[in-house]
Amino acid sequence: MLKRTPFHDFHISAGAKMVDFAGWEMPLMYRSIVDEHLHTRTSGSIFDVSHMGRLQISGPDAERFLQQVFTRNVELMKPGQCRYGLICQEQGGILDDVILSRDKKNWLMVVNASNREKIVRHFHTVRHQQGLDFDLSDNTESTAMIALQGPKVIERISGHLEEVANLKRYEFASGSFMMLVKYTVSRTGYTGEDGVEIILSSKMAPMVMKALAGKFDRPDTTLKPAGLGARDTLRLEAGMPLYGHELSEQIDPISAGLEWAISWDKSFIGSDALNQIRQQGPTQKLVGLELEGKRIARQFTVVKTPSGEGRVTSGTFSPTLQKSIAMAYVPQVDAKPGTIVSLDLKGQTIPARIVPLPFYKRNPSA
Amino acid sequence: MSVPNDRRYLKSHEWHRLEGDIVTIGITQFAADELTDITYVSLPKVGTRFSANDRFGEIESVKATSDLYTGVSGEVVAVNSELNSNPAVVNTDPFESGWMIKLRVSNPSEFDTLMDAGAYQASSGH
Repeated sequence: MLKRTPFHDFHISAGAKMVDFAGWEMPLMYRSIVDEHLHTRTSGSIFDVSHMGRLQISGPDAERFLQQVFTRNVELMKPGQCRYGLICQEQGGILDDVILSRDKKNWLMVVNASNREKIVRHFHTVRHQQGLDFDLSDNTESTAMIALQGPKVIERISGHLEEVANLKRYEFASGSFMMLVKYTVSRTGYTGEDGVEIILSSKMAPMVMKALAGKFDRPDTTLKPAGLGARDTLRLEAGMPLYGHELSEQIDPISAGLEWAISWDKSFIGSDALNQIRQQGPTQKLVGLELEGKRIARQFTVVKTPSGEGRVTSGTFSPTLQKSIAMAYVPQVDAKPGTIVSLDLKGQTIPARIVPLPFYKRNPSA
Repeated sequence: MSVPNDRRYLKSHEWHRLEGDIVTIGITQFAADELTDITYVSLPKVGTRFSANDRFGEIESVKATSDLYTGVSGEVVAVNSELNSNPAVVNTDPFESGWMIKLRVSNPSEFDTLMDAGAYQASSGH
């Protein structure tokens, strides 16, 4: 039986096509993936991301524990800050990519839906092995989470949420009230646009959705619902990795181009292995590809490079750039932008060029 | 979802309309909706010969890539070149302007063996 988010009725009445995603019944799209993608780039979209895991960590050893499992130095985080980082194995493979927020008394970690149970098990194991004293509570099903993304989002919602306009990227505010609803809002997202992510109680969630999306007979025209299909094409244009595609336990953060999400000034689970990879240099590297023509390279497509071969991790036809784009792992020696590679798409050889990531960057003044 | 009664179908969602000895082939609205936004349609050259159940092309969307099959044997006499520049026509009008190829059939009796609208709807569960 698939889990449903508190917005399930909303999705159905908005005409969503629903799919199974990591055990959750989620909207793939409402109108069209391309339409929802472009609306996010030009105006704003509402995404139900309640399937993402929300883990609260508190207690005397919470900070010591997070210093062990998270790749960034949490001592440097101030209350009200969020940081993207990784949870690694001893060997340096990525168990998950997460966002950690520090509140006054506790920490909140947002993990991938597909990894939530694995991460909870991992944390219990570490707690047991190291004899640490902290509480771990999984709030995923008692709360809901929405992402509002797009250039018009901040202006559109600042009437409801005054503090939003003052939040810098990767900052959050909590304990405030919107229409008497307690929520946490962070200036984060997974689309390459400005915007926020809001966590609120499951019970109040449908009412807030109504306030944002408008009534069914008079839907809001600035903010429209968008599904997981558009979320995927948006994050791909923005060069953001997706667990299960660009990231896995077989991939280390350095190969994935996520060295910036590692604090080298501390020791953590995986840091010895990662230091070694850093010194020797990774054997493969995540790159962007621009394909000739309109064909799309899907995950696992073989990439022939000057000195060997690699594999595509994600590909799509970019709605913003009107080009066929992909991300792929290629041998480190061939990873330079401008390198010409070729892809075998069902027997047809398609040339492609390595390009810098991201494919799309929003206009910072907008 | 409505499926026109004036044509025959394959389980893989291609429709076939017979006029004289010419069969026009496209995909159903159901298939187009399942694929989501179509970005590319690869079609054969005029003059190519196919047997029934051959793969005649490929269709790609933001979400997936699918093969296209013909339910009848014949020679390609026309392809819809409009789909090169505007593949989204398959999403918006799959039964008319989103047609893909026209075949001159070599064995007209094959057409009668294909599913009618009712059988197709039952087989695809919509």
